[in-house]
Amino acid sequence: MASLSSFLYPVLRYLVPPPVAELGGDSVVAAKVGELKPNSSRIFRFGSKPGLLICMPDGEYKAMSATCTHLSCTVQFRSDLHQVWCACHNGMYDLAGRNVSGPPPRPLEAFDVHVRGDEVVVSRKREG
Amino acid sequence: MRLLNHIKNWLDERFGWAELTAPLRHKSVPLHRQSYWYFLGGITLFLFMIQVGTGILLLLYYRPSANEAFESVQYIMTQVQFGWLIRSIHSWSANLMILTAFAHMFSVLFLKAYRKPRELTWVTGMLLLFLLLGFGFSGYLLPWNALAFFATKVGTDITGQLPLVGKKMMIFLRGGEEVTGATLTRFFGFHVAVLPGITTLLLALHVAFIQKFGISVPPKVEAQWKEHPEQARHMKFLPNFLLRELMAWYLALGTLGALAALAPWGLGTKADPFASAPAGIRPEWYFMFMFQTLKLIPARLGFIDGELVGVLFFGAAAAVWLLLPFLDRGKGGLRQHWVSGLGVLALGYMTAMTIYGYLAK
Repeated sequence: MASLSSFLYPVLRYLVPPPVAELGGDSVVAAKVGELKPNSSRIFRFGSKPGLLICMPDGEYKAMSATCTHLSCTVQFRSDLHQVWCACHNGMYDLAGRNVSGPPPRPLEAFDVHVRGDEVVVSRKREG
Repeated sequence: MRLLNHIKNWLDERFGWAELTAPLRHKSVPLHRQSYWYFLGGITLFLFMIQVGTGILLLLYYRPSANEAFESVQYIMTQVQFGWLIRSIHSWSANLMILTAFAHMFSVLFLKAYRKPRELTWVTGMLLLFLLLGFGFSGYLLPWNALAFFATKVGTDITGQLPLVGKKMMIFLRGGEEVTGATLTRFFGFHVAVLPGITTLLLALHVAFIQKFGISVPPKVEAQWKEHPEQARHMKFLPNFLLRELMAWYLALGTLGALAALAPWGLGTKADPFASAPAGIRPEWYFMFMFQTLKLIPARLGFIDGELVGVLFFGAAAAVWLLLPFLDRGKGGLRQHWVSGLGVLALGYMTAMTIYGYLAK
C-alpha cells in the first residue's frame, strides 16, 4: 500500500497544472479615445480574462468583466437592445452589468473607467 | 483454397486454432421479430474501427498547439490529397457512431437485455457510451475553432459546478484556470491516448461478456419459446449472422461515404479567446438536450444556483442509467412497465429538447 501510494502521489501531483501568475495587474489601457464610436463596444484583455468596454450614446464609457457568470462564455454588447448579451445560453445583463434575464446567477463584475490623456484606462474597483 | 487450408492446418498444429475458434463456431443468434436490433452493436464497433483508422491518418498532419491546430486542420483539408475526405469521414463517423451507440443502448433497454446475468454487459456498455461522448467532447476542440472553444469553455465550466471536487476537476481538464493552448494539448492526449486505451479494455470486456452469456432474447419471446420449445429459432453466428452483419457494415460505409463526400464537414473560424461568443453557438447535437435544459433553468432555484441543479440532475440521471439493471428488481409486467416507461420518457425528453434547441433562437 505504501509503495503504491509513493508511486501514485507524484503522478497525481503531476496532473495538477502549476498556478500561473495573473498578468497585467489591476489596470489596463482598454482603448484610445475616439477609437470607439458611440453605441459600440470592444473586448479587451484584462489580465488573462476578457473585459467589455462600452461607449454609450453620450460618449461615456462603461467597463465590466466579459465572462458570463453562468457558464463562462464571453458576453457581447447588443447595440440594438442596449443590453449585454451572452450568446451561449441567452443570458441578459443591463449596462451596469446586472443580470436581468436568462440563466446568469450573478452580475458581471463592474470596472472603473478613467480617461487619461488619449487613453481609456480600465481598473478594478477598489474595495470600500 | 488449398493455400488457405494449408495456413489453417499450420495454425492448428501450433496454436490449436480449431479449439480457439470453437466458441465462435458454436455461437448462435436468436431469430425473432426484433432480431434486426442485434446489428446495432456491430455497426457501432465498425464505426469505431473507422475512427481509429482515420484518426491515425489525421495524426500524420495534425499539430496540437493553439498556434498551429486550426492551420494544420486547414492544411489537411486544402493541401493534403483527399485530406478533406479523411477529416470529413472522421467527423461524420464520430456522429454516426454516437447515434448508433444511443440506438443500441435504447434497443437493449426496451428489449430488457440487461436482465440477469447480463448486468455487467450493460454497465460496460454504458461506460463505453460515456467514453464515446468523451471522445466527441475532446475531439470537438481539436480543430481549435470558435464554436469548439466556447463549447469547451461551457462544458468544462459545468464540471466546475460540481460540489467539492468541481473546481479541481475543471483545472485538471483545462490544464489551468482558463481554456487555453494547455487545454488543447490535454484534450489531444485524452483523445488519442487515454480514451482509446480505456475504450479498448472496456470493449474487450463487453465483447467477452456477450460471448460468455450469449445473446439475450426479449422476455415475451423467451416466455413463448419456453411454452412452445419447437418455435425457438436460431441462426449460426459463423457464417450466417456474420455475413449479414458485414452487409450492414457495407451499408453503413456507403452512408458514411455519401455523407462525407456530399456534405463535407466545415472548419469554421479560428478560436479567439478574446472575442465574444458568436451568435447561434451550440454544441454537437448529442449534447443539445442538456444545453437547452441549462438554457431554460432559471438563475436561482430556491437557495441553489440553477446551473448546479441542472448539473446534479443530469449526473443523477446518468448514475441511474448506469445502474439500471440493479435498480430493476421487479418481476414480469411491473418490471416491463417502469423501465420501458422511463426509457420512453428519456427518449422523448432528449428528442424534444434537441428539436427545441435547434428551433429556438
